[in-house]
Amino acid sequence: MPNFDDEGADRKLCIIVSKGTMEWATAAMVLGNAAIGEGIDLHVFFTFWGMDAIIDRRMDKLQVSPVANPSMKIPGTDVGMANMLAGLPGMTAFASSMMKKEMKALDVPPHREFMQMVADSGAHFWACRLTYDMLGLKKEDLWDEVDDVISASDFMELSDGAQIIFI
Amino acid sequence: MATELIGGKELEVDDEGFMTDPSQWSEELAPALGKEIGLDELTDEHWKVIRFLRSDFEAQGETATLRRVSTMADVSTKDLYKLFPKKPAKKMSYVAGLQKPTGCV
Repeated sequence: MPNFDDEGADRKLCIIVSKGTMEWATAAMVLGNAAIGEGIDLHVFFTFWGMDAIIDRRMDKLQVSPVANPSMKIPGTDVGMANMLAGLPGMTAFASSMMKKEMKALDVPPHREFMQMVADSGAHFWACRLTYDMLGLKKEDLWDEVDDVISASDFMELSDGAQIIFI
Repeated sequence: MATELIGGKELEVDDEGFMTDPSQWSEELAPALGKEIGLDELTDEHWKVIRFLRSDFEAQGETATLRRVSTMADVSTKDLYKLFPKKPAKKMSYVAGLQKPTGCV
């Protein structure tokens, strides 16, 4: 018989989110959601560009850029997009809307909804103090579910004994 | 293939203890499966999830993920974690006599 309650009961995972683009914010939530669904204690720490993922007025507008991204192919082909083409006005918006559609088809929720789902599952979200100060942010700029703004040393204490994923 | 005696029935199970033959499951079996994993009583809310899982499995041929249950059976994520603490996806599948979900989200 399965022993669901003891397996991995002492595991703790910290995900550091350092990028605020749609694909990486999504990757963080996919992993975080999987972790917490396995009963793993989850802390997600947002730093530098990753702050966009928890700045309330920005988090619905995350984008993915085809610029300097040779892995992004022209849809339906194996051909990468030349940077000159990728840099044309509107290309980032176009790539972002394409990716949103693809995610939706797989029933991956939009970013805010995904974050809410992970928050409702019991995860903790932390903002990086240095980035917060550098960007001149205020508490009201952050998404409601962010637990607190913490320093690098606080993060070290928090992540004691944890496995860490850096994104 | 291993078998386990649960609720007076010899059930085919995999390495992790999940039932491998959904047709061996019946609603009468669910409370016994629940007890195996520490769910002493199945409430109406539990049943709402279990019945959704069974009917969705009939239609889709695979076990619904938490996200699918919360959006389609109208049970919030918070409630799923209350009903099936810690590992809701595994626990709900287990009680419903299904394999754990294979989807990522």
